[in-house]
Amino acid sequence: MSSTADHIIEADKLTKRFGDFTAVDAISFKVKKGEIFGFLGANGAGKTTAIRMLIGLSRPTEGEATVAGFDVYRQADKIKENIGYMSQKFSLYEDLTVRENIRFYGGIYGLSRKKIKEQTGRIIEEVGLENSAGNLVGSLPLGWKQRLAFAVSMVHSPSIVFLDEPTGGVDPAARRQFWEMIYQASAAGRTVFVTTHYMDEAEYCDRVSIMVSGKIEALGSPAKLKEDFSASSIDEVFVQLARGGAVISD
Amino acid sequence: MRRLFFIIQKEFIQIFRNKAILPMMTVLPIIQLIVLSYAANNEVRNVDIAIVDQDHSSYSRLIIGKIQASDRFTIVEAPLSAKRGDDLLQSGGADIILTVPPAFEKDFLREKTADLQMLVNAINGQQAIVGAAYLGQIIQSFNRELMADAAPRLAAIRTSPQPRIDITYSNWYNADLDYKTFMVPGILGELVTILIMVLSAMNVVREREVGTIEQINVTPIRRWQFILGKMLPFLFIGLTLLAVGLTAGKLIFDIPTEGSLWVVFAFCLLNLSVVLGMGLLISNLVDTQQQAMLIAFFFIIVFVLMSGLFTPIESMPEWAQYLAVPNPIAHFVSVMRQVLLKGSGFADVQYQFVVTGFMSLVFNALAVWSYRKRD
Repeated sequence: MSSTADHIIEADKLTKRFGDFTAVDAISFKVKKGEIFGFLGANGAGKTTAIRMLIGLSRPTEGEATVAGFDVYRQADKIKENIGYMSQKFSLYEDLTVRENIRFYGGIYGLSRKKIKEQTGRIIEEVGLENSAGNLVGSLPLGWKQRLAFAVSMVHSPSIVFLDEPTGGVDPAARRQFWEMIYQASAAGRTVFVTTHYMDEAEYCDRVSIMVSGKIEALGSPAKLKEDFSASSIDEVFVQLARGGAVISD
Repeated sequence: MRRLFFIIQKEFIQIFRNKAILPMMTVLPIIQLIVLSYAANNEVRNVDIAIVDQDHSSYSRLIIGKIQASDRFTIVEAPLSAKRGDDLLQSGGADIILTVPPAFEKDFLREKTADLQMLVNAINGQQAIVGAAYLGQIIQSFNRELMADAAPRLAAIRTSPQPRIDITYSNWYNADLDYKTFMVPGILGELVTILIMVLSAMNVVREREVGTIEQINVTPIRRWQFILGKMLPFLFIGLTLLAVGLTAGKLIFDIPTEGSLWVVFAFCLLNLSVVLGMGLLISNLVDTQQQAMLIAFFFIIVFVLMSGLFTPIESMPEWAQYLAVPNPIAHFVSVMRQVLLKGSGFADVQYQFVVTGFMSLVFNALAVWSYRKRD
């Protein structure tokens, strides 16, 4: 493995098995500091399981991985201080207001009162919730909820943020707005690790990996992948891989 | 420590914002306390009695008069035949049949001994035993009066009066044998325990169902901080409920508070920590609130029925008495009664403190252990 200086996430033959089923099969990849890394794959390809191993929610069966320079087996708590995570399932408290959610997460990340106040103002402005800051989160439209969840996941200014299918179920306009937030985070020097099964979103990433049945079958910049597979879009690359995967498994 | 504060703050906001939990914590327990204390009553009143008077003497009328005067008995019928008496017992029309045989008075005066027959419907054992005992008391007092009445005449025959032993007794700690005085403290202990167990069993699993637990698990929060942050608000609620309940008990039932309330509250705190540990353990081990409810319900039923609240633990079989040792409701009920009614001090309930303290350590360690941040 090369030095960790310019790689903020490194995975080497990372594997997770549930009984006989191998959900993630010896995946290896490196993510550079500050890039937007797209982690693509069909539903059930093993994306969420892979993310959960990287952020310390799931213990790998085999393989090595470091996140922000910390080992996933032994330094999970250190990793947690340095990452933000937005899960597939919306997970702010719907029965708390926007402000209360920000205060709570700021608080358990150990921010000072002053810092929490600062962040609250910044997040409310960034997401555009000036008029609904005192409303229960449950009453917000889904697109706003997701942008709020993204902003809250970065309340402690982590160096990496993991997004697990962040744009599921919202309209194209809301997805666009969400990606603008991703660009802002990236421009602020944050590494963004994002899973999706919307192949058009892949075009927005610096580099993407495509996972099929637990394995990473392709990895590179969108342009390079299209060239390698002589395809006009990532969508086509994906379809070729999915078909190829099926042939192999036969 | 600051993290703990933010969890507690969040729990309180959620609890007080939940439309179902708030009345569940305040109004319902008070209503239960009142209804249960009046209704779940082992006192035997209104024993239906039928008296078959085959003697029709002044003595038999005296007995009937005494029974009539007692507020425990209702004379449903005074049939003429023993056959009719048996029918009444069979049909459930009467709980006790008292038969005064023919020549009862004559026998008494002539031989100084006469028999009465008491038939008791013992299907409801408690009712039967207590009813029979009351009737026995009445007949005994009747007997004494007759003896006293006959004494001068007897004295004329005998040289010395017949020696007699009378037992006088008084009921300590609950002088009027007021059943409610006995029940209210116990029921209060039971209610507080049940409520806290249910609330805590539903708590962590609700976060799992909604998905917020994932978000907590990716923060660097410590497991004990999370569990403690969940517990403290419930401890506060439990103690508040106890205070409200004791006040209600005092105002409505005038229950005595002989011992130190500090001991009561200190024990409540310790006992709730056990219950919370159990509740959170359940919550950590299940996947849905429904499962949590079912499991909590199972334990609550066993705890309540074997707590000594309604039936004394001392009269359970020996193996069942051992089951009372890890039963938090049993200890709570016992401490409430001892301290409030008898005025026991800390030294008298040391045993309960030690056992409960030990259980608190065990269950809270299990609760922290079973809360997994990573699978």
